[in-house]
Amino acid sequence: MSDITLNPKNIPAERLLHVSHLKKYFPITSGIFKKHVGDIKAVDDLNLYINEGETLGLVGESGCGKTTAARCILRAYEPTEGEILFRNKKQEYVDLAHMSDKDLRPLRTEMQMIFQDPFGSLNPRMNIFDIVSEPMLVNGIRNRKEREERVVDLLKKVGLRPEYMVRYPHSFSGGQRQRIGIARALALQPRLVVADEPVSALDVSVQAQVLNLLMELMEDMGLTYLFVAHDLSVVRHICDRVTVMYVGKIVETAPTEELYYNPRHPYTEALMAAVPIADPRLQQDRKGLPGEVPSPAKPPSGCYFHPRCSYCEDRCKTEVPELREISPNHWTACHRAEVLSLEGLKT
Amino acid sequence: MTDQKPLLSVRDIKVYFNLDEGTVKSVDGVSFDAYEGQVLGIVGESGCGKSVTMKSILRIVEPPGKIMEGQVLLSKRDHPDEYLDLTSMNEKGKEIRAVRGGEIALIPQEPMAAFSPVHTIGNQIIEAIMLHCDVNKKEAREICIQSLKSVGMSMPEKRVDSYSWQLSGGLRQRAIIAMAIAGNPRLLIADEPTTAIDVTTQAQILKLLKDLQRERGMSILFITHDLGVIAQMAQYVVVMYLGRVMEKGPVDSIFHDPKHPYTQALLRSIPSAQKTTKIKLPTISGSIPHPFNKPKGCPFHPRCAYAIKGKCNVNLPSEYIVGDQQYVSCFRYEKSEVNIR
Repeated sequence: MSDITLNPKNIPAERLLHVSHLKKYFPITSGIFKKHVGDIKAVDDLNLYINEGETLGLVGESGCGKTTAARCILRAYEPTEGEILFRNKKQEYVDLAHMSDKDLRPLRTEMQMIFQDPFGSLNPRMNIFDIVSEPMLVNGIRNRKEREERVVDLLKKVGLRPEYMVRYPHSFSGGQRQRIGIARALALQPRLVVADEPVSALDVSVQAQVLNLLMELMEDMGLTYLFVAHDLSVVRHICDRVTVMYVGKIVETAPTEELYYNPRHPYTEALMAAVPIADPRLQQDRKGLPGEVPSPAKPPSGCYFHPRCSYCEDRCKTEVPELREISPNHWTACHRAEVLSLEGLKT
Repeated sequence: MTDQKPLLSVRDIKVYFNLDEGTVKSVDGVSFDAYEGQVLGIVGESGCGKSVTMKSILRIVEPPGKIMEGQVLLSKRDHPDEYLDLTSMNEKGKEIRAVRGGEIALIPQEPMAAFSPVHTIGNQIIEAIMLHCDVNKKEAREICIQSLKSVGMSMPEKRVDSYSWQLSGGLRQRAIIAMAIAGNPRLLIADEPTTAIDVTTQAQILKLLKDLQRERGMSILFITHDLGVIAQMAQYVVVMYLGRVMEKGPVDSIFHDPKHPYTQALLRSIPSAQKTTKIKLPTISGSIPHPFNKPKGCPFHPRCAYAIKGKCNVNLPSEYIVGDQQYVSCFRYEKSEVNIR
């Protein structure tokens, strides 16, 4: 298996989601005739897979396209190009990228999203029962009694008291609101849950509660998560495998431990070095990464990371590196991956 | 360090907000000292009063907030043994305006909102310099360029004439730091300076602040909710919860020998890049109470595993010395107080 793209026939059986060559370009227009002058390559040739029952972390700095990628996978955005193969309940692979909205509808129940902002993602004029039961209503569960029972069940599951059903979002704290958002996402018993920065808006003491809840629910309900985050400590805690994105491209994918302790891409190394460690005895030597993240509208030539990379060679400036499997399950997009010895997290 | 005189001494400060619905006691008796050349970290979750404490030092608490009690003492630049009481000054007076920016400078939280979009960053920094130093416009511009250079901005001669929206998040944050240090302050207050920016840029900014602090020998009051940043930046840490200081001490004691149940629980509950994965994190039960119905007694007692009934929910614990420079506000240490000094 040298190429990450596969045709539907030889996909390993455990794959729930298999994304290949996904692209999402947003056109840049100018003038009154909206002339097309360029593209913002928010997601540029993304390849990843998620096995059933696994948590894949998608990390990167702001503007790297991780949220766009997540939204494309759920078809909240129309992808420009590429394939998104998803195994539905009948164990058949369907290509989400090329489906019509009508065909997608039955599949929507199987994929749900948890949002970042617990304040913006709940309608303040709806009470908790209405919020959590709305997905059921949309998908044809009209019996009020049945819906009520299920909402009670869901609220208990996410650690909220069922009596709260009649209250409105304003009477809840950030952590509780996030629990409501999780209950809503689970209302239709999805198989794939895309969590877009689910804990980054929460306080530290509440963050741990929500992370524990997400892990419990995963076991109880047999969920598979795509966990989008920028906080590497949180990702380390919850994910089985981690994918690192930089300017719309994947630079590295590996099992969590492997990625943190044995990174094979200079950008991953720099990310690891930048994480502030909550231990004053481990004083970090901050070499720091020079420069800034380039704009996805005008990415650099060759490897997108080369202007900031301290291991850059002539080749890196012209040739775009392919994502390749350097050791089993460890994928990296660096020309010099074999020769470099990079430093992971300090123990 | 014990015989050194503090640069800034906050003594039992109380800031209350009188609202129609009731009184919010945002800061309820906070004391700490900041020494010269030291990075003092204030850490706490949202609503713990860390930003209001900062505002009360600079006397920029918005109405209806009011400083009810307490003192903020700042040593004089020429006579370090004499102190100015900032709380007794007129909020709009000449004296406090000389302190703001001149003695104590602020790096605000949002780099987006800190600059006016219709003036160049140069003009805004020059305005600040001319307020505090006796220089003409040309000299001020020179200082401004120097200051931009010292925060690591490339092409400062060109960037001085750019607008804030032309700069990226990291550069804007650098420009704000340049503005803050242009008046040559002795104390820099950094209010969550890196929360809005990415990890790699955060690492750059933290390094810059550390270097500036060393070069200029100024003190930094570093306010954040990120324990990782505090561990890497501060020498002395103040842990706050619901307007009270729970514990304060040298950074090593706080992280390796925390005494207060809140500090202990907080440190256990953070997922760390070092810890093993996939285990359940120990959590602090419940959530932070709403400021209107702050619990009686120790503010942490409803969530505390060691709460003593009839004591913690009735009385406020005072501060007990538990180690070298380490103070804890918890009844568990009432009897075991160590007498080091």
